[in-house]
Amino acid sequence: MLNQNRGPDGVSMNRRDFIKISGLFGLGAAAPAMLAGCAARPLPGQGEVVRTPTFCDMCFWKCAAYAHIENGQPWKIIGNDDDLHSKGRLCTRGTAGMGAYEDPDRLRRPLIRVTGADGLQTFREASWDEALDYIAERLKKVEQRHGADRLALLNHGYGAHHFQHLVRAFGSASIAEPAFAQCRGPRDVGFELTYGEVIGSPERTDMEHSRCIVLIGSHIGENLHNAQVQTLADAMRNDVTLITVDPRFSVPASKSKYWLPIKPGTDIALLLAWMHVLIDEGLYDRDYIERYATGFEQLKRHVARYSPEWVYLETGIEPETIRRTAREMAAAAPATLIHPGRHTTWYGDDTQRSRAIAILNALLGSWGRKGGLYNKESVSLPHYPVPEYPEARSDFRAAHAGRFPFANSGVTTAVIEASVGADAHYKAWIVYGTNLPMTIPGIRPTLQAAIDSLDLVVVVDTMPSEVTGYADVVLPECTYLERYDDLRNSGERVPSLALRMPVFEPRYDSKPGWWIAKQLGHRLGLEKYFPWDDYAEVIDWQLKQLGSSLEEMKRIGVKNFPRKRPLYFAPGQDVRFFTPSGKIELYSQQLADKGFDPIPEYTRPESPPAGYYHLNYGRMPAHTFGKTTNNHLLFQLAPENTLWVNPLVASERGLVNGEYVRLANPDGVVSNQIRVRVTERIRPDSVFMAHGFGHRSRKLRLTHDVGADDSELMTRLKIDPLMGGTGMRGNFVTIIKEAV
Amino acid sequence: MARYAMVIDTKLCIGCADCVVACKTENKVPEGLNRDWVVEATQGTYPKLETEFRSERCNHCSNATCVTMCPTGASHHWNGTNIVLVDPNKCTGCKACISACPYDARLIMHPEGYIDKCTFCHHRVEKGMDPACVSACPTKCMHFGLLDDPNSEVSQLLRTRKHKVLAPETGNDPNVYYLI
Repeated sequence: MLNQNRGPDGVSMNRRDFIKISGLFGLGAAAPAMLAGCAARPLPGQGEVVRTPTFCDMCFWKCAAYAHIENGQPWKIIGNDDDLHSKGRLCTRGTAGMGAYEDPDRLRRPLIRVTGADGLQTFREASWDEALDYIAERLKKVEQRHGADRLALLNHGYGAHHFQHLVRAFGSASIAEPAFAQCRGPRDVGFELTYGEVIGSPERTDMEHSRCIVLIGSHIGENLHNAQVQTLADAMRNDVTLITVDPRFSVPASKSKYWLPIKPGTDIALLLAWMHVLIDEGLYDRDYIERYATGFEQLKRHVARYSPEWVYLETGIEPETIRRTAREMAAAAPATLIHPGRHTTWYGDDTQRSRAIAILNALLGSWGRKGGLYNKESVSLPHYPVPEYPEARSDFRAAHAGRFPFANSGVTTAVIEASVGADAHYKAWIVYGTNLPMTIPGIRPTLQAAIDSLDLVVVVDTMPSEVTGYADVVLPECTYLERYDDLRNSGERVPSLALRMPVFEPRYDSKPGWWIAKQLGHRLGLEKYFPWDDYAEVIDWQLKQLGSSLEEMKRIGVKNFPRKRPLYFAPGQDVRFFTPSGKIELYSQQLADKGFDPIPEYTRPESPPAGYYHLNYGRMPAHTFGKTTNNHLLFQLAPENTLWVNPLVASERGLVNGEYVRLANPDGVVSNQIRVRVTERIRPDSVFMAHGFGHRSRKLRLTHDVGADDSELMTRLKIDPLMGGTGMRGNFVTIIKEAV
Repeated sequence: MARYAMVIDTKLCIGCADCVVACKTENKVPEGLNRDWVVEATQGTYPKLETEFRSERCNHCSNATCVTMCPTGASHHWNGTNIVLVDPNKCTGCKACISACPYDARLIMHPEGYIDKCTFCHHRVEKGMDPACVSACPTKCMHFGLLDDPNSEVSQLLRTRKHKVLAPETGNDPNVYYLI
């Protein structure tokens, strides 16, 4: 399907074909071993147990944990009690971490693309030396012909640090991760424009102390961002007033005092109406606004027209409900959190929606206050001494010159587009830990065009995900349970460090990311940036600067440090925000100067054509995107996604619970088959499915071809003009029954 | 009989099934089989809805029909408690207990030919630890302890919170409680 440019002789006219990594390995890989034993099977934990600290890589939350081996066999992973990310309890995916290590479909040896006499392109296995030499030779050519800045790194995950270091040492500053333009970028830019600081990860939400929490399209509990789930549960135990805005009766909606089943795409109208009520009824935090904010009068004029009555017609939320919920927020303020969410690339006006959320928090006085958004703090961890990076001739902004003035991080889609054509800016890619064709909607044709143009594509991954088929060289990294990575040092309530260290020797011929980066560095003449034999030396050196050591961390896994700044603002404290005005910017001159709305405006979303439904998507607790669907423990739990439809839709279309259907969008894209789930928990104008299914890589033997992929149905993307975010929620689908 | 109970707060349960994976890894449950599971029960019509999530498993009944019906004595109450175990050495795999269980908690035919089920992690309980599912639960909606001790967390929760058991009409006297 991807090789549409095949000539009449069947030989590809693409310079570089997409290779389905299917023919290379047989199906002889052993399935996870059946438990040996007999009737006198010993009880768990009676054997020789070894416990090793790590932090999880099943998602991006990075919970500290202990991996347990019994009699040399993988046993279990449990949370580290001293860790605030996990509080001793991992989530469903983290608990299943051994499944990532055990996966028989893992990449085993380096692969190099070769073209046979018949013109067919395949991979052949190579030694590490050969694969690394091959990459280094081509990177040197890119450097000589075009410049080192023409190498881009597309990455996701903590292990990417090693490759960010390599790429910077090489002389490139073009690093982009889908976490920005396909996920939380709009939120972080929106808050930075308002408060001068991002929300970051973990989110700086003080939910355990909140008395009122408002979730807008955020389905915490279906996404299992561990401390988010735990602190929301704490809030529920404290009898928090929970208000959930979602077209679907999500898990948190089912726990809420108020569920507002909003018409999809009208969230900004609701947010403006809430501001209207708070200002109109004098319920906002006057002292806080006077002390800390600028632009209140403009805001007041702006929201005057967004009355609950007017907004009701847009959102379908009753005026009385809008007023009552606004009063609930005010009554609990400042311990009221309007949750900033995480995956926020929805409708293309997402930075503005995040601004509206930020402004609403300001009216309630919750930033910097207990129960709102706290001041986060990380450890002042010295960097291991290496020379300064060379100055790159250009950075990620070269990919989108003149566009996206508020993109403060690389925009993946822009980098990919700037890699297409003979005169393209980028000439080489390293792709680390991100399966681009499923992560970025509708990207496959551009991806194919880009790899036809690029001089080199390297993919580093643990699994043979679809993106490996686009590579010239595939490098098999070992999993997080087999390697050192950088110490975890996230901003949190309590500054803390966590250790990831090898629990097992790397399986097959896989290698740790730090080793791969170092080996490439040496071949590129960058030895001075990699003056260690083993990454343990780096970690030990850093820890010793703080009076700890690797030896200590191997025992405790997590080390917490005292805070240097208070968690909240003191009453009446003078605070200078990191915005141009030094204040919370309700009205943004920065936006006005660039020709954008200085206060968020509401734009009415398109409605679905007759016979079509809003395509809503989200997470399920068993999986992290498409990254974990081949994990045997999680596959058993949730092998496929389902299509949620309201019973009215089911009856109109004659759909039966459990039957397979396909989805079609107005541009003719038809999905893989997906099971119908008839449920009252969704609006009749919408359907819902979890993201991460419908894998095309045949080498993912459990998950290949199972379930449907939402992202391929997203052909109508709404790009955020402020920062390049890929708005994914303006897509519509209709349902096709399978012929019986 | 010392009575151990599990008390699960449906107001906090999010149906994430971490309990299922924690059990599976802790107890090395064979591929494709589970000793516990999660139920989602939704009532009402859009938009007036209620959804309850429940983590379910063997109820470790004080009056366990599976124990009574077992022809070989394989199903038994462990060590003077209500914890129901199956002795693989005595189990012939006849499945009488499967028909006798009102909770469908004995779905498992272990590949080695005996009926497997939740053990309340008695190997952990012996050491004073909670069952693996309880320890893993990210919302801390699951509690475990002795009903005989009036000061135990489970006793206190049952004294102060509205609760139910599943299928009380069977007279099996189950020991998994749901806070509602």
